[in-house]
Amino acid sequence: MSIFSEAQCKAILDKVIALSKADECTAVLTGGVNGNIRFARNSVSTSGIVDDVELRVSVSFGKRTGSVTINEFDDAALERAVRRAEDLARLAPENPEFMPAIGKQEYRPSATFSQATADLTPEQRAQIALDSIRPCRESGLVAAGYLEDSRWFSAIANSNGNFGYQTGTSADYTCTVRTEDGRGSGWVGRNANDIREINAARDIQVAIRKARDSVDARALEPGKYTVILEPHAAAGLISFMMNFFDARQADEGRSFLSKKGGGNKLGELVYDPRVNIWADPWDPDVPVLPWDGEGLARDRLPIVENGKVVNLLYSRYWAQQQGKAPVARPGNLIMSGGTKSTADLVRETERGILVTRTWYIRMVDPQTILLTGLTRDGTFYIENGEIKYPVKNFRFNESPVIMLNNIDELGKPVRVSGDESSYSMMLPPMRLRDFTFTSLSDAV
Amino acid sequence: MQRRDFLALSGLGLGSLVLPPFLGRAIAAEQLLEKIDVGFKKRLADAALQAATSSGASYCDVRVGRYLRQFVMTREDKVQNVVNTESTGVGIRVIANGAWGFSATNVLTPDAVAATARRAVEIAKANAKLLTEPVRLARAPAYGEVSWQTPIKVNAMAVPVRDKVDLLLSVNAAALNAGADFVNSTLFLVNEQKYFASTDGSYIDQDIHRIWMPMSVTAVDKATGRFRTRDGLSAPMGMGYEYLEGGGRKYISPNGVINYGDRYDPVEDAREAAKQAREKLKAPSVKPGRYDLVLDPSHTWLTIHESVGHPLELDRVLGYEANYAGTSFATLDKRGSFRWGSDLVTFIADKTRPGSLGAVGYDDEGVKCKRWELVKDGILVDYQATRDQAHILGKEESDGCCYADSWSSVQFQRMPNVSLAPGREKLSVADMIKDVENGIYIIGDGSFSIDQQRYNAQFGGQLFYEIRNGRITGMIEDVAYQIRTPEFWNSCVAVCDESDYRLGGSFFDGKGQPGQVSAVSHGSATARFNGVNVINTARSLG
Repeated sequence: MSIFSEAQCKAILDKVIALSKADECTAVLTGGVNGNIRFARNSVSTSGIVDDVELRVSVSFGKRTGSVTINEFDDAALERAVRRAEDLARLAPENPEFMPAIGKQEYRPSATFSQATADLTPEQRAQIALDSIRPCRESGLVAAGYLEDSRWFSAIANSNGNFGYQTGTSADYTCTVRTEDGRGSGWVGRNANDIREINAARDIQVAIRKARDSVDARALEPGKYTVILEPHAAAGLISFMMNFFDARQADEGRSFLSKKGGGNKLGELVYDPRVNIWADPWDPDVPVLPWDGEGLARDRLPIVENGKVVNLLYSRYWAQQQGKAPVARPGNLIMSGGTKSTADLVRETERGILVTRTWYIRMVDPQTILLTGLTRDGTFYIENGEIKYPVKNFRFNESPVIMLNNIDELGKPVRVSGDESSYSMMLPPMRLRDFTFTSLSDAV
Repeated sequence: MQRRDFLALSGLGLGSLVLPPFLGRAIAAEQLLEKIDVGFKKRLADAALQAATSSGASYCDVRVGRYLRQFVMTREDKVQNVVNTESTGVGIRVIANGAWGFSATNVLTPDAVAATARRAVEIAKANAKLLTEPVRLARAPAYGEVSWQTPIKVNAMAVPVRDKVDLLLSVNAAALNAGADFVNSTLFLVNEQKYFASTDGSYIDQDIHRIWMPMSVTAVDKATGRFRTRDGLSAPMGMGYEYLEGGGRKYISPNGVINYGDRYDPVEDAREAAKQAREKLKAPSVKPGRYDLVLDPSHTWLTIHESVGHPLELDRVLGYEANYAGTSFATLDKRGSFRWGSDLVTFIADKTRPGSLGAVGYDDEGVKCKRWELVKDGILVDYQATRDQAHILGKEESDGCCYADSWSSVQFQRMPNVSLAPGREKLSVADMIKDVENGIYIIGDGSFSIDQQRYNAQFGGQLFYEIRNGRITGMIEDVAYQIRTPEFWNSCVAVCDESDYRLGGSFFDGKGQPGQVSAVSHGSATARFNGVNVINTARSLG
């Protein structure tokens, strides 16, 4: 059992802080239990449970810092860890950009914990795999998927009297369904704090339908198309772009948010005025820990308002240099939209392409955040409000900045996670003009 | 390659208080030199083997692993972070009732290890109930008590941190003095101390070292708002600190770009990178169209990795990776007949080449490593298999490409070094370029992306030079090329000879759910590809 209570955490962290003879001390105690089950070829392939707890102690003398991590918590182990961190700090090179430990923070709890997820059993995980596999096996289709769930706690304290503790859970389910002949492929993904929001028996039908409907895809000429990106398809592009809102990079002239002649684009209209993006640790649909990796308290943080960049991410060091307030790194991203579903957007589309999912997204040019990647697991041609036929997958070369200036309509946001992003997100389906496909892919 | 882990590592330079979980725990530098006694490891392993077999396992392997890493991260004249990490534990894999079971513990006592082995057997027996076909394990010889070590000259973990910091800061100073506005340089070191034992009668002690020194040099033109970056031209290697101590052969391109082989001069490269980054700011933009590409090995490794190494992973071919990394166009029916490339194209899988990232004595299921052909004279002939996959290919033995990135991860099929064989005829880069009428010479790896069956790929690079009528005319920018894998390798019309052969590679090849990383090298000599589709990547944000 690796979930420590608040009292247990406070007792350990208080001891660590009291033991330190350094100028300052910060200690972070984190842990949890991660469960997973993986299946492929209509059969469970692996399943596992990992539990772990670790304490990281960081101490500083002047501008020299030393850190150690341990996973034993008796008094002797704690004392050894603190002394070792102090030894390391004395030997460490001075960091000219050293920032002192943060002051006492106010952490307002967010609703990250679900008892149902915390109570998930190996049998329930196996049932989710079976709920995915059975309908596929019965229909001559092949399922491959993965469920990963976790329950965790996080506690932080420092010698300035700061203390925070919170528990949470998460569950992430994905499944790819392919036809036996390999000519059709569909996919479904669900992400939630509460496992009850994931219903594999129901959700798998989305992937099954897309697998069947994507057989006999036709080749369209690459070029600029009106597209409807489902929220999952948009997630990789939007989250990639949000990694480049760092104020220092912009001020240094090496960001898409740098300004010609110097300075940054804070306050400028960069996107279509319908674009609003913010982070909010207390958002009921996508709650996250109310502090960041340094322990700075997160607050609701508007990032893009009516198309204008209203906040850049100032690290504590850069904020001090520039006379600005430091900004806690966001843990989630929320983009506003309308009320329509993806299906509603399809019904109102004269001609366009529906994209289920995007894949292997990489930076091509950081100057413009030009990204390349591919469509996958269900790409369809739309005509007069109906899905007419499946089309072969495309490679795109597109900048999310340009894309968010070519908005036709935004639908109702849903919760998604990215293949390669640490953000939990609420994103709308989006109909976009002139999305740039540069070549065809034979991959199914 | 796995971007998420790489991003997590970049976070180490940004003051995060939490280490990415796969790194284990932070320790002091001198602890990097400690080792666990081999006799103790054997006692732990025997406790596990005994417990597993007496609980009903028909096979058991035990990996006692100590995984050590050091990161020294700098920017301009500052040290951002020095991190030493250790992760130690025991992973036990068994077959019981025909099914695999796996369990792991970080408690290094015979009792804890025996209990973990029994848990692995319980898991195997539970998995057996869902089994459709029992595991068929190819035979592996009993090697007895053997050992293997990466043939390093200088243990990089033993070099004082002060010396490493001094080197990185001198690299940064060289870049800044040569006109760079910003520079980041990092030293990554890895030492895997791995002990393997199995019921087949092998006890294998291995000490594996890897080194990588990436850098990124940026030039900014504030007046135009343009910025350009030139990354270092080093390769991650299976070597010691001698890689950074100079003295090796340099590979100088016909237009004077300095490339490196098994020795790297980071100060020189930083100076060149700064000049080239400034030149990139003013270089003309490429006209899109069909070009003959001349690809330097510092670039080609990544194209080989994505379009050859991955599609020939047997588990991917069979569908086990369908939900994440994808499947493969190289289906089993293509073996022996499918034309992958031109007659000049032969791909060798090799886990023995000294200096390469994949070189080990034995893989993570106790199979002695070897070298074999995947594509021979353009024809697909083989795949990459582990012990439980060998029978699918009609093989008696595994190819020895099983790997786990931690004691706590289950070992599975991972890519060996996969390399393009050098040309048999003598051919220099200068002679190759003389024949090119309308081409682009690409040096260094850049952007990369490929579909889930490994057909359609797009690659960028670090340096692009236009070739006109057999001459390199000057630098161009905004280049990316798009390929369909078989067409691309069939357009290969020339490969330079062995004297130009070099390795590139990655520390972070990602695969599996939960994800694991592995380090792999890819060798080639400079090669020419005719009529490849090049796009222009310049855009305007208005």
